[in-house]
Amino acid sequence: MSDSVLSGKGITKVFGFGDKKTIAVDHVDFDFHERELVSIVGESGSGKTTLVKMLLGLLSVTEGDIYFMGKKRDISTRGKKREYWKGIQAIFQDPFSSYNMFHKIDSVLLDCINMRGGAGLPRSKKIEMMTEACGFVNLKFAELTNKYPFELSGGQMQRLMIARIFLLKPKILLADEPTSMIDACSRATILDMLLQCRDEVGMMIIFITHDIGLAYYISDSVYIMEHGKFVEHGSADDVILNPSADYTKRLINDVPKIHAPWDFGKALG
Amino acid sequence: MAKKMLEVKDLTTKYITRFRENIYAVDHVSFEVEEGKTLGIAGESGCGKSTLALSLMGYYFPPLYYSGGEITIDGRNISGLKPDDVRKSILGTEIAYIPQAAMNALNPTAKIIRFIEDVIHAHDPKKTKKDIYDLAKERFEILNLPSDVLQKHSVELSGGMKQRTVIAISTILSPKVLIADEPSSALDVTSQKLVIKMMYDLMNMGYIKSMIFITHELPLLYNVTDDIMVMYAGQIVESGSARQMVFDPVHPYSKGLMDSIIVPEEGTRDAKLTAIPGTPPNLKDPPKGCRFADRCKYVMPLCQTSFVTMRRFGELDDDGNAESQRRYRCIVPVHELKETFKREGGLRNTGGAAI
Repeated sequence: MSDSVLSGKGITKVFGFGDKKTIAVDHVDFDFHERELVSIVGESGSGKTTLVKMLLGLLSVTEGDIYFMGKKRDISTRGKKREYWKGIQAIFQDPFSSYNMFHKIDSVLLDCINMRGGAGLPRSKKIEMMTEACGFVNLKFAELTNKYPFELSGGQMQRLMIARIFLLKPKILLADEPTSMIDACSRATILDMLLQCRDEVGMMIIFITHDIGLAYYISDSVYIMEHGKFVEHGSADDVILNPSADYTKRLINDVPKIHAPWDFGKALG
Repeated sequence: MAKKMLEVKDLTTKYITRFRENIYAVDHVSFEVEEGKTLGIAGESGCGKSTLALSLMGYYFPPLYYSGGEITIDGRNISGLKPDDVRKSILGTEIAYIPQAAMNALNPTAKIIRFIEDVIHAHDPKKTKKDIYDLAKERFEILNLPSDVLQKHSVELSGGMKQRTVIAISTILSPKVLIADEPSSALDVTSQKLVIKMMYDLMNMGYIKSMIFITHELPLLYNVTDDIMVMYAGQIVESGSARQMVFDPVHPYSKGLMDSIIVPEEGTRDAKLTAIPGTPPNLKDPPKGCRFADRCKYVMPLCQTSFVTMRRFGELDDDGNAESQRRYRCIVPVHELKETFKREGGLRNTGGAAI
């Protein structure tokens, strides 16, 4: 087994206190390894996004420790947080709200190069890097210069988000429902690019989704989350084809399938 | 032969932009839905699915205009009516619509019973509040909603309850055709299944005569609908029964769509997911030939120039008729397309279950 990149022991998040206490994430343990694609599956309200925000350091952790690259994570100061974010990056559900709409696309990508310590590079080198990143996600950099993010379609924006990640080359990529706003055809493109990120760049990817079919297609291992707890985890084949937890069984049962249609309504034929 | 509930012939509707350009978002669409049947409409975003739904309802408000064709619901021609007449005599009783964002369709300042009173009073102003309440209560029971929901405001309800409330309101007048535009995209899989089951219950009890489902989620369509129609750039490119469309598509575009299906079932993991490259054409200036030609893997020079019509195909049945609903829009004959697909390694999801 390769090295552990990110692990957590007893991670808990409690919102509110007293009578109004909500336990969003409840003593969760996990261990993610290098070059692994892990899916976290759960319905809305199961605590997936809260967990992501804690992993990113956007929310404080009520209880428990997160270990990054074998060391305990320290994001107590602004500088340390910035250093941590060089190793962990995210793409979110809504590509439209992920960009600063006053910044042109070139400057979005330039920021990434500067963040990786490329600020002193000559301009031609920077353009070369940006072109390479856009090529990675099947976009043409020449067509994007001088455009604003809102001039792109949802699928293009999400791809540009992945181009950013390609420039930043973090150790870990957190993808929080990256395909839920995109239709089924462009979805395949995004998924392929995530797989490329893992295989060619060597990132560890945490893929958050509510669609168990997607999780099965893309991931090496799957964690099923219910009410803030992991009810089941293991390799994708084990979890999806031989589920042991009742919740997983119910999830799989309710997803529309091709070979075992639902038992109501129409007669197939 | 079941009764035809909805018959659409060469329906064409257009958007007129600020610069006086015509955009034909629905272009010569013809299909029919029989009583007790469910039709699914699939296609990527921007292909005209939702515009088709609005056009069917006669919901022509600028910039959407009616341009040609006929819509017949249960023998009554409704095409070309004025929007006001449509609201009084068609909406609710003949055809009803569940909007895409059903969650946000309810006015937060009014009680649920008020919406139902509004709908019924628009058609029958004499009905008493007591009658309306009883009717609403009965329907809410079918949809598994407690009757005290009627006295609540929409903010007090959960997402699934809101969705069911919207379904109850749209179907309160027992429409002949119910159009559901992405009815479950905002719901969890469990509530999605529940909501769809309830829509079927309504149909089995005779409150709805037929349904049209619009979504881009193909596994869902396969489970829910009898027939599937694939739209591309305002035109129908292929139609057939759900089973034929998913396991045996013939149009290169439908094949591309079916190849992007992801389901948690054995054997689908190792098969490579393929995306269709490129983007749909700009309908301001649609291509002369096949609209899919620019993105098609099997494109030939003839595709770019000659207009392609819908063609029927299928084996002849006992009466000598071809399968009525199986149609496609491509200049290549069916058997050649099928051979090409087979050479390429077959369909991703057939898994041995070929027809």
